[in-house]
Amino acid sequence: MSSADEPGAGGRHGHYVSDAPFDPYSVEKLTPEQEKYYLASQWQLMWWKLKRHKVAMFSGVILLLLYGSVLFSEFLAPYDLHRQNTNFIYTPPQSVHLVHEGEFIGPFVYPWNYRLNMENLKREYTPDTSKVQPVRFFCLGDSYEFWGLVPGSFHFVCPPEDGTLFLLGTDRLGRDMLSRIIYGARISLTVGLIGIVISFTLGLIIGGIAGYYGGLADTIIQRVIEVVRSFPEIPLWMALSAILPVTWSPILIYFGISAILGLIDWTGLARAVRSKLLALREEDFCVAAQLIGASPTRIIARHLMPGFMSHLIASATLTIPTMILGETALSFLGLGLRPPITSWGVLLNEAQNINVVALYPWLMLPVVPVIVLILAFNFFGDGLRDAADPYK
Amino acid sequence: MLTYIVHRFFIMIPTLLAISLIIFVIIQLPPGDYFESYIAELQSQGESVDLEKIEALRRQYGFDRPVMEQYVYWVWGMLHGDFGYSFEFRLPVTEVVGDRLYLTALVSLMTIVFTWIISFPIGLYSAVRQYSWGDYTLTFLGFIGLATPNFLLALVLLYIANVFFGTSVGGLMDAQYIDQPWTWPKIVSVLEHIWIPVIVIGTSGTAGMIRRLRANLLDELEKQYVVTGRAKGLPPLKLLLKYPFRLSLNFFIADIGSLLPSIISGAAVVEIILSLPTTGPMLLGALRSQDMYLAGSFLMFLASLTVVGVLVSDLALAVLDPRIRLQGGTTR
Repeated sequence: MSSADEPGAGGRHGHYVSDAPFDPYSVEKLTPEQEKYYLASQWQLMWWKLKRHKVAMFSGVILLLLYGSVLFSEFLAPYDLHRQNTNFIYTPPQSVHLVHEGEFIGPFVYPWNYRLNMENLKREYTPDTSKVQPVRFFCLGDSYEFWGLVPGSFHFVCPPEDGTLFLLGTDRLGRDMLSRIIYGARISLTVGLIGIVISFTLGLIIGGIAGYYGGLADTIIQRVIEVVRSFPEIPLWMALSAILPVTWSPILIYFGISAILGLIDWTGLARAVRSKLLALREEDFCVAAQLIGASPTRIIARHLMPGFMSHLIASATLTIPTMILGETALSFLGLGLRPPITSWGVLLNEAQNINVVALYPWLMLPVVPVIVLILAFNFFGDGLRDAADPYK
Repeated sequence: MLTYIVHRFFIMIPTLLAISLIIFVIIQLPPGDYFESYIAELQSQGESVDLEKIEALRRQYGFDRPVMEQYVYWVWGMLHGDFGYSFEFRLPVTEVVGDRLYLTALVSLMTIVFTWIISFPIGLYSAVRQYSWGDYTLTFLGFIGLATPNFLLALVLLYIANVFFGTSVGGLMDAQYIDQPWTWPKIVSVLEHIWIPVIVIGTSGTAGMIRRLRANLLDELEKQYVVTGRAKGLPPLKLLLKYPFRLSLNFFIADIGSLLPSIISGAAVVEIILSLPTTGPMLLGALRSQDMYLAGSFLMFLASLTVVGVLVSDLALAVLDPRIRLQGGTTR
């Protein structure tokens, strides 16, 4: 590391003075990207951070697709929800083929040959590989009322003319499992949403009071939260849903169950709100707002809430799966939703005994969307939580 | 230390009282009482109803008195070990319940141990090898366990156990041991059956535990003393085991508070599917037939199990971690 103007060992450096004019106001010029970054809003930053989280983005897309499908259940399902095909009871899933005897035909199915085995009274279905029945797309099939309002019969995919299309098999009444799963999504996906609205509101108000006022209110609320949390959730849900009157209509039961799910789950959110508020209310901007004379409601809503809203949304995303699983478990036990309302839990209720696992394992298929949904919510919530504090 | 224990006990009493009040309200909420559904049932079967006898029963169990008085009566009875009367079984609740409470406690305890054994090495590995393939795979497996509804896993495992190991379906022991005194073969039979519920209930808690342990250890691994230790030239394994690992042990004890309710809650459903001789199935039956004292006792028992579990974990933590005693307050 020696160069021409460097003194030798023991030598001294010469005195160096820069000739450039001194400007105390000069700042380092920001590149346009940097400028964009520094001026971006909090939500903008969160979005950028979330976008980098590949798994969370992927899960988000899956959630969007699932919730999107809820809007068009009638159109997506090949059969009507209650259509019973009495000739096809407990048929196994039908597979879709593309090539028949070396010739490409496009998606088609082979019809079932049904035979009752007289020895063990088992229904045996074997595909009849001599007949080719092409699947129809964008076609007219079972009639329905779109969201119970607009009559129609246009489907994305229909069974072949005088054939069947049971991609996931049928149940004990010969109802198509795939269609029932698609319709069930409508209930299963929204139960959590209604529940989270209730628990979000409760958590925000109760946690807000505890965190902002502190003191006695805080102590009491903390105790209440502790009591509620020491209840095991599912037994409590069981007890509460056993209360719902038998005379209620299925729709009322549906709202009742969502309300119950929400009423127990607010404690986690309330705690999050409280701890965030406790930290934030000591900040200078909060004192300033108090001195100007802003009301507590305004301070909480206008000045404090934006600071922790992102965290709240993230933790809310992580509580939805518990509620969905809760509904599934309750309906599975027969304490939750009841037919004719169809949720994934109600569908799984049919798969309650071990014979089903042995003989008709496809009745357990509604568990696949449940797992996918729960995973997606968890990963997306994880990503949101990481992104919630973009300044870190 | 003694003040802390006493303090902690005194906090527990109002909590338990509040819980009992909530439970009482819940079991009182359904319209009508057991006798009404009982009368309806008798009438539907075409049997004559002795209304006077029913009225006498009502009076005997204090159904004619004000609600508040009934509540005090119920709590007072529980303090004396009298949990009321099960109308469905026509026996005192304590006799109906019998072994069930112990078995529930046993299943919960074994599940906690199982969760620890599984999640501890995984959590440790995930934290030390953060963002490695092993970390991703194990975390993903944990999430799958979290997302699979317990009851379905129970069914499938039951089927597998039946087909491959020939274990009898359901229950916690082979049929010939039921109501028999505890003998060695009976214990073996229980051990043969208990692994299914323990694994099934454990899967849901394990994922959460791994996540929390991993996050906890990661925080610890970033601290100065770890860097110092590494700079001094401590071997990585020794460094890990000597400091951050010991701190995470504390966390394990402390985490019982959040683990226990989820285990008991998950256990209730799994027990019903597996028809274990524990509290879950009977609670469901009692709720359905409005057998209020029985349902109330079960709810009370499950909630107290949580409260006592948290108490034990708090006390154990106070023994292990001197910082907590100095603060004098609660740890949660």
